[in-house]
Amino acid sequence: MILLQLFLSFAQVGLFSVGGGYAAMPLIQSQVVEKYGWMTMLEFTDLITIAEMTPGPIAVNSATFVGARIAGLPGAAAATLGCILPSCFIVSLLAFVYYRYRKLSMLQSVLAALRPAVVALIASAGLSILQATAFGGQSAALQNVDWTGLCIFAGAFLLLRKLKWNPIGVMLLCGAVRLGIGLAMGAG
Amino acid sequence: MESKRRRLWKLFFSTLYISAFTFGGGFVIVTFMKRKFVDELGWIDEQEMLDLTALAQSSPGAIAVNAAILVGWRTAGFAGMLTAILGTILPPMAILYAISFFYAAFAANPWVALALKGMQAGVAAVILDVVCGLGGKVVRSRSPVQIGMMAAAFVAVAVFGVNVMHVVLAAALIGALTALFRRKGADG
Repeated sequence: MILLQLFLSFAQVGLFSVGGGYAAMPLIQSQVVEKYGWMTMLEFTDLITIAEMTPGPIAVNSATFVGARIAGLPGAAAATLGCILPSCFIVSLLAFVYYRYRKLSMLQSVLAALRPAVVALIASAGLSILQATAFGGQSAALQNVDWTGLCIFAGAFLLLRKLKWNPIGVMLLCGAVRLGIGLAMGAG
Repeated sequence: MESKRRRLWKLFFSTLYISAFTFGGGFVIVTFMKRKFVDELGWIDEQEMLDLTALAQSSPGAIAVNAAILVGWRTAGFAGMLTAILGTILPPMAILYAISFFYAAFAANPWVALALKGMQAGVAAVILDVVCGLGGKVVRSRSPVQIGMMAAAFVAVAVFGVNVMHVVLAAALIGALTALFRRKGADG
Protein backbone atom coordinates (compact mmCIF):
# COMPACT_ATOMS: atom_id res chain seq x y z
CA MET A 1 0.00 0.00 0.00
CA ILE A 2 2.72 2.45 0.97
CA LEU A 3 4.67 1.39 -2.14
CA LEU A 4 1.70 2.13 -4.37
CA GLN A 5 1.25 5.47 -2.64
CA LEU A 6 4.91 6.36 -3.20
CA PHE A 7 4.65 5.29 -6.83
CA LEU A 8 1.50 7.31 -7.55
CA SER A 9 2.71 10.32 -5.62
CA PHE A 10 5.96 10.58 -7.58
CA ALA A 11 4.20 9.76 -10.84
CA GLN A 12 2.34 13.03 -10.32
CA VAL A 13 5.61 14.85 -9.76
CA GLY A 14 6.99 13.32 -12.97
CA LEU A 15 3.87 14.12 -14.94
CA PHE A 16 3.37 17.72 -13.92
CA SER A 17 6.88 19.11 -13.56
CA VAL A 18 7.61 20.73 -16.90
CA GLY A 19 10.93 22.53 -17.14
CA GLY A 20 12.90 20.14 -14.94
CA GLY A 21 14.93 20.76 -11.78
CA TYR A 22 13.52 23.66 -9.87
CA ALA A 23 10.07 23.27 -11.41
CA ALA A 24 9.77 19.90 -9.67
CA MET A 25 10.55 21.24 -6.17
CA PRO A 26 7.19 22.78 -5.28
CA LEU A 27 5.41 19.65 -6.56
CA ILE A 28 7.58 17.36 -4.45
CA GLN A 29 6.97 19.60 -1.46
CA SER A 30 3.19 19.49 -1.90
CA GLN A 31 3.20 15.68 -2.15
CA VAL A 32 5.83 14.77 0.41
CA VAL A 33 5.42 17.44 3.07
CA GLU A 34 1.88 18.73 2.76
CA LYS A 35 -0.20 15.83 1.45
CA TYR A 36 1.38 12.76 3.07
CA GLY A 37 3.56 14.22 5.82
CA TRP A 38 6.41 11.87 4.92
CA MET A 39 8.88 14.63 5.82
CA THR A 40 8.95 17.81 7.87
CA MET A 41 9.70 21.09 6.09
CA LEU A 42 13.17 21.10 7.68
CA GLU A 43 13.95 17.63 6.34
CA PHE A 44 12.69 18.74 2.95
CA THR A 45 15.11 21.69 2.93
CA ASP A 46 17.94 19.30 3.76
CA LEU A 47 16.78 17.06 0.94
CA ILE A 48 16.99 19.94 -1.57
CA THR A 49 20.50 20.82 -0.37
CA ILE A 50 21.61 17.23 -0.78
CA ALA A 51 19.88 16.89 -4.14
CA GLU A 52 21.75 19.96 -5.35
CA MET A 53 25.09 18.75 -4.03
CA THR A 54 24.88 15.30 -5.55
CA PRO A 55 24.70 14.25 -9.20
CA GLY A 56 21.39 13.50 -10.86
CA PRO A 57 18.04 15.20 -11.37
CA ILE A 58 16.38 16.67 -8.28
CA ALA A 59 13.17 14.68 -8.91
CA VAL A 60 15.00 11.33 -9.10
CA ASN A 61 17.16 12.22 -6.08
CA SER A 62 14.12 13.19 -4.03
CA ALA A 63 12.19 10.08 -5.07
CA THR A 64 15.04 7.80 -4.01
CA PHE A 65 15.65 9.64 -0.76
CA VAL A 66 12.02 9.84 0.32
CA GLY A 67 11.27 6.28 -0.82
CA ALA A 68 14.29 4.90 1.05
CA ARG A 69 13.38 6.66 4.27
CA ILE A 70 9.74 5.59 4.13
CA ALA A 71 10.06 2.01 2.89
CA GLY A 72 13.69 1.04 2.32
CA LEU A 73 14.98 -0.20 -1.01
CA PRO A 74 11.55 -1.22 -2.40
CA GLY A 75 10.29 2.24 -1.51
CA ALA A 76 13.20 3.90 -3.32
CA ALA A 77 12.55 1.77 -6.40
CA ALA A 78 8.78 2.37 -6.40
CA ALA A 79 9.12 6.14 -6.02
CA THR A 80 11.84 6.43 -8.68
CA LEU A 81 9.90 4.29 -11.13
CA GLY A 82 6.83 6.45 -10.57
CA CYS A 83 8.90 9.55 -11.18
CA ILE A 84 10.24 8.46 -14.59
CA LEU A 85 7.36 6.42 -16.05
CA PRO A 86 5.24 9.36 -17.30
CA SER A 87 8.32 10.73 -19.10
CA CYS A 88 8.92 7.40 -20.82
CA PHE A 89 5.51 7.48 -22.49
CA ILE A 90 5.35 11.17 -23.35
CA VAL A 91 8.94 11.52 -24.55
CA SER A 92 8.72 8.34 -26.65
CA LEU A 93 5.62 9.73 -28.32
CA LEU A 94 7.35 13.05 -29.03
CA ALA A 95 10.39 11.23 -30.39
CA PHE A 96 8.13 9.28 -32.74
CA VAL A 97 6.52 12.48 -34.02
CA TYR A 98 9.92 14.17 -34.40
CA TYR A 99 11.53 11.37 -36.42
CA ARG A 100 8.44 10.84 -38.54
CA TYR A 101 7.76 14.46 -39.47
CA ARG A 102 11.06 16.26 -39.19
CA LYS A 103 11.42 16.43 -42.98
CA LEU A 104 8.29 18.63 -43.19
CA SER A 105 9.10 22.27 -43.89
CA MET A 106 6.81 23.49 -41.11
CA LEU A 107 8.55 21.41 -38.44
CA GLN A 108 11.94 22.31 -39.91
CA SER A 109 11.11 25.98 -39.59
CA VAL A 110 10.00 25.49 -35.98
CA LEU A 111 13.19 23.60 -35.17
CA ALA A 112 15.36 26.22 -36.91
CA ALA A 113 13.87 28.85 -34.62
CA LEU A 114 14.18 26.62 -31.55
CA ARG A 115 17.89 25.78 -31.93
CA PRO A 116 19.33 29.25 -31.29
CA ALA A 117 16.85 29.69 -28.43
CA VAL A 118 18.09 26.43 -26.85
CA VAL A 119 21.68 27.69 -27.09
CA ALA A 120 20.57 30.82 -25.24
CA LEU A 121 18.83 28.74 -22.54
CA ILE A 122 21.98 26.69 -21.97
CA ALA A 123 24.03 29.90 -21.82
CA SER A 124 21.69 31.35 -19.23
CA ALA A 125 21.86 28.19 -17.09
CA GLY A 126 25.67 28.26 -17.31
CA LEU A 127 25.84 31.92 -16.32
CA SER A 128 23.63 31.42 -13.29
CA ILE A 129 25.98 28.67 -12.07
CA LEU A 130 28.94 30.96 -12.78
CA GLN A 131 27.24 33.69 -10.76
CA ALA A 132 26.74 31.30 -7.83
CA THR A 133 30.45 30.44 -8.08
CA ALA A 134 31.67 34.01 -8.44
CA PHE A 135 29.76 35.38 -5.46
CA GLY A 136 29.67 32.26 -3.29
CA GLY A 137 25.87 32.21 -3.49
CA GLN A 138 25.64 35.74 -2.02
CA SER A 139 24.44 38.96 -3.62
CA ALA A 140 26.41 40.31 -6.57
CA ALA A 141 28.61 42.88 -4.81
CA LEU A 142 32.37 43.40 -5.13
CA GLN A 143 33.15 42.43 -1.53
CA ASN A 144 31.40 39.09 -2.03
CA VAL A 145 33.55 38.03 -4.99
CA ASP A 146 35.05 34.58 -4.44
CA TRP A 147 38.40 35.04 -6.23
CA THR A 148 39.48 31.43 -5.69
CA GLY A 149 36.32 30.19 -7.37
CA LEU A 150 36.74 32.63 -10.26
CA CYS A 151 40.38 31.59 -10.82
CA ILE A 152 39.39 27.91 -10.82
CA PHE A 153 36.65 28.71 -13.32
CA ALA A 154 39.05 30.61 -15.60
CA GLY A 155 41.64 27.82 -15.45
CA ALA A 156 39.02 25.17 -16.19
CA PHE A 157 37.64 27.21 -19.10
CA LEU A 158 41.10 27.49 -20.68
CA LEU A 159 41.79 23.76 -20.24
CA LEU A 160 38.50 22.95 -22.00
CA ARG A 161 38.59 25.60 -24.71
CA LYS A 162 42.27 25.61 -25.68
CA LEU A 163 43.52 22.16 -24.68
CA LYS A 164 40.23 20.23 -25.21
CA TRP A 165 40.53 18.34 -21.95
CA ASN A 166 37.88 15.80 -20.90
CA PRO A 167 35.09 17.78 -19.17
CA ILE A 168 34.51 15.30 -16.33
CA GLY A 169 38.24 15.18 -15.65
CA VAL A 170 38.34 18.98 -15.52
CA MET A 171 35.42 19.06 -13.11
CA LEU A 172 36.99 16.53 -10.72
CA LEU A 173 40.26 18.46 -10.90
CA CYS A 174 38.40 21.64 -9.90
CA GLY A 175 36.95 19.87 -6.85
CA ALA A 176 40.38 18.54 -5.88
CA VAL A 177 42.08 21.94 -6.33
CA ARG A 178 39.48 23.69 -4.21
CA LEU A 179 39.75 21.06 -1.49
CA GLY A 180 43.56 21.29 -1.67
CA ILE A 181 43.50 25.08 -1.27
CA GLY A 182 41.08 24.75 1.63
CA LEU A 183 43.27 22.17 3.37
CA ALA A 184 46.42 24.26 2.82
CA MET A 185 44.79 27.41 4.21
CA GLY A 186 43.31 25.46 7.11
CA ALA A 187 46.73 24.01 7.94
CA GLY A 188 48.58 27.33 7.56
CA MET B 1 24.07 -9.05 -33.09
CA GLU B 2 27.41 -8.58 -31.43
CA SER B 3 27.67 -4.97 -32.57
CA LYS B 4 24.26 -4.07 -31.13
CA ARG B 5 25.18 -5.60 -27.79
CA ARG B 6 28.43 -3.67 -27.77
CA ARG B 7 26.60 -0.50 -28.62
CA LEU B 8 24.18 -1.03 -25.72
CA TRP B 9 27.06 -1.59 -23.29
CA LYS B 10 28.75 1.54 -24.56
CA LEU B 11 25.49 3.47 -24.19
CA PHE B 12 25.03 2.11 -20.67
CA PHE B 13 28.52 3.02 -19.50
CA SER B 14 28.42 6.42 -21.21
CA THR B 15 25.15 7.42 -19.56
CA LEU B 16 26.27 5.92 -16.23
CA TYR B 17 29.51 7.86 -16.34
CA ILE B 18 27.87 11.13 -17.38
CA SER B 19 25.14 10.79 -14.75
CA ALA B 20 27.54 9.90 -11.94
CA PHE B 21 29.60 13.05 -12.42
CA THR B 22 27.01 15.57 -13.47
CA PHE B 23 26.09 17.99 -10.75
CA GLY B 24 23.35 20.53 -11.30
CA GLY B 25 20.30 20.77 -13.45
CA GLY B 26 19.20 19.24 -16.72
CA PHE B 27 21.13 21.57 -19.01
CA VAL B 28 24.37 20.46 -17.41
CA ILE B 29 23.79 16.82 -18.37
CA VAL B 30 22.70 17.84 -21.87
CA THR B 31 26.02 19.60 -22.45
CA PHE B 32 27.91 16.52 -21.26
CA MET B 33 25.79 14.32 -23.51
CA LYS B 34 26.57 16.59 -26.45
CA ARG B 35 30.31 16.23 -25.76
CA LYS B 36 30.01 12.45 -25.54
CA PHE B 37 27.47 11.42 -28.19
CA VAL B 38 28.08 14.17 -30.76
CA ASP B 39 31.76 15.12 -30.45
CA GLU B 40 33.28 11.90 -29.17
CA LEU B 41 31.19 8.97 -30.44
CA GLY B 42 29.56 10.72 -33.43
CA TRP B 43 26.29 8.81 -32.91
CA ILE B 44 24.12 11.92 -33.20
CA ASP B 45 24.69 15.08 -35.23
CA GLU B 46 24.75 18.48 -33.64
CA GLN B 47 21.47 19.81 -35.07
CA GLU B 48 19.67 16.70 -33.91
CA MET B 49 21.13 17.01 -30.40
CA LEU B 50 19.76 20.56 -30.14
CA ASP B 51 16.35 19.32 -31.32
CA LEU B 52 16.44 16.52 -28.75
CA THR B 53 17.37 19.08 -26.08
CA ALA B 54 14.32 21.16 -26.99
CA LEU B 55 12.13 18.04 -26.83
CA ALA B 56 13.59 16.98 -23.47
CA GLN B 57 13.09 20.49 -22.13
CA SER B 58 9.48 20.80 -23.21
CA SER B 59 8.36 17.36 -21.98
CA PRO B 60 7.30 16.78 -18.38
CA GLY B 61 9.77 15.16 -16.02
CA ALA B 62 13.49 15.48 -15.36
CA ILE B 63 15.39 16.87 -18.36
CA ALA B 64 18.25 14.43 -17.81
CA VAL B 65 15.92 11.41 -17.91
CA ASN B 66 14.06 12.78 -20.93
CA ALA B 67 17.33 13.39 -22.77
CA ALA B 68 18.47 9.85 -21.91
CA ILE B 69 15.21 8.44 -23.30
CA LEU B 70 15.71 10.34 -26.57
CA VAL B 71 19.39 9.52 -26.96
CA GLY B 72 18.64 5.87 -26.14
CA TRP B 73 15.82 5.61 -28.69
CA ARG B 74 17.97 7.32 -31.31
CA THR B 75 21.02 5.11 -30.88
CA ALA B 76 19.52 1.66 -30.19
CA GLY B 77 15.71 1.68 -30.23
CA PHE B 78 13.59 0.46 -27.32
CA ALA B 79 16.42 -1.54 -25.72
CA GLY B 80 18.55 1.57 -26.02
CA MET B 81 15.93 3.64 -24.23
CA LEU B 82 15.80 1.21 -21.28
CA THR B 83 19.61 1.03 -21.21
CA ALA B 84 20.04 4.81 -21.22
CA ILE B 85 17.40 5.31 -18.51
CA LEU B 86 19.03 2.68 -16.31
CA GLY B 87 22.45 4.22 -16.80
CA THR B 88 21.12 7.66 -15.96
CA ILE B 89 19.16 6.82 -12.82
CA LEU B 90 21.42 4.20 -11.21
CA PRO B 91 24.14 6.60 -9.95
CA PRO B 92 21.80 9.11 -8.29
CA MET B 93 19.74 6.23 -6.86
CA ALA B 94 22.76 4.51 -5.36
CA ILE B 95 24.20 7.75 -3.98
CA LEU B 96 20.94 9.06 -2.51
CA TYR B 97 20.10 5.64 -1.08
CA ALA B 98 23.42 5.63 0.77
CA ILE B 99 23.06 9.25 1.85
CA SER B 100 19.54 8.68 3.19
CA PHE B 101 21.19 6.80 6.07
CA PHE B 102 23.56 9.53 7.18
CA TYR B 103 22.41 12.70 5.51
CA ALA B 104 22.89 15.16 8.35
CA ALA B 105 26.62 14.42 8.66
CA PHE B 106 27.11 14.61 4.90
CA ALA B 107 25.42 17.97 4.44
CA ALA B 108 27.33 19.52 7.34
CA ASN B 109 30.81 18.28 6.36
CA PRO B 110 32.92 21.36 5.39
CA TRP B 111 35.37 19.36 3.23
CA VAL B 112 32.56 17.84 1.21
CA ALA B 113 31.09 21.30 0.75
CA LEU B 114 34.47 22.69 -0.37
CA ALA B 115 35.07 19.99 -3.00
CA LEU B 116 31.54 20.47 -4.32
CA LYS B 117 32.13 24.22 -4.51
CA GLY B 118 35.21 23.67 -6.64
CA MET B 119 33.30 21.33 -8.91
CA GLN B 120 30.62 23.98 -9.34
CA ALA B 121 33.26 26.29 -10.88
CA GLY B 122 34.21 23.43 -13.21
CA VAL B 123 30.59 22.86 -14.22
CA ALA B 124 30.21 26.54 -15.13
CA ALA B 125 33.34 26.26 -17.31
CA VAL B 126 32.08 23.11 -19.08
CA ILE B 127 28.70 24.66 -19.91
CA LEU B 128 30.15 27.94 -21.13
CA ASP B 129 32.71 26.07 -23.24
CA VAL B 130 29.90 24.20 -25.02
CA VAL B 131 27.93 27.45 -25.35
CA CYS B 132 30.91 29.14 -27.02
CA GLY B 133 31.05 26.33 -29.58
CA LEU B 134 27.32 26.29 -30.33
CA GLY B 135 26.84 30.07 -30.11
CA GLY B 136 29.85 30.67 -32.36
CA LYS B 137 28.19 28.55 -35.04
CA VAL B 138 24.95 30.53 -34.78
CA VAL B 139 26.91 33.79 -35.16
CA ARG B 140 28.91 32.43 -38.11
CA SER B 141 25.68 31.40 -39.85
CA ARG B 142 25.22 35.17 -40.47
CA SER B 143 21.49 34.58 -40.42
CA PRO B 144 19.88 37.62 -38.76
CA VAL B 145 16.87 35.51 -37.73
CA GLN B 146 19.03 32.90 -35.96
CA ILE B 147 21.24 35.48 -34.24
CA GLY B 148 18.25 37.62 -33.27
CA MET B 149 16.49 34.56 -31.90
CA MET B 150 19.47 33.62 -29.75
CA ALA B 151 19.89 37.18 -28.44
CA ALA B 152 16.17 37.62 -27.73
CA ALA B 153 15.89 34.28 -25.92
CA PHE B 154 18.97 35.09 -23.84
CA VAL B 155 17.72 38.53 -22.81
CA ALA B 156 14.27 37.13 -22.00
CA VAL B 157 15.64 34.42 -19.68
CA ALA B 158 18.77 36.04 -18.21
CA VAL B 159 17.56 39.64 -17.87
CA PHE B 160 13.79 39.44 -17.52
CA GLY B 161 13.56 36.02 -15.86
CA VAL B 162 10.95 34.76 -18.33
CA ASN B 163 9.90 31.16 -17.72
CA VAL B 164 12.01 28.79 -19.84
CA MET B 165 8.89 26.96 -21.04
CA HIS B 166 7.43 30.20 -22.40
CA VAL B 167 10.64 30.93 -24.30
CA VAL B 168 10.57 27.48 -25.92
CA LEU B 169 6.90 27.91 -26.88
CA ALA B 170 7.46 31.43 -28.22
CA ALA B 171 10.43 30.26 -30.33
CA ALA B 172 8.37 27.39 -31.74
CA LEU B 173 5.53 29.79 -32.55
CA ILE B 174 7.86 32.23 -34.31
CA GLY B 175 9.26 29.34 -36.35
CA ALA B 176 5.76 28.22 -37.34
CA LEU B 177 4.73 31.76 -38.29
CA THR B 178 7.89 32.20 -40.40
CA ALA B 179 7.00 29.02 -42.29
CA LEU B 180 3.43 30.24 -42.95
CA PHE B 181 4.68 33.67 -44.00
CA ARG B 182 7.21 32.17 -46.39
CA ARG B 183 4.62 29.87 -47.93
CA LYS B 184 2.27 32.82 -48.51
CA GLY B 185 5.12 34.78 -50.08
CA ALA B 186 5.88 31.89 -52.43
CA ASP B 187 2.25 31.60 -53.49
CA GLY B 188 1.79 35.31 -54.21
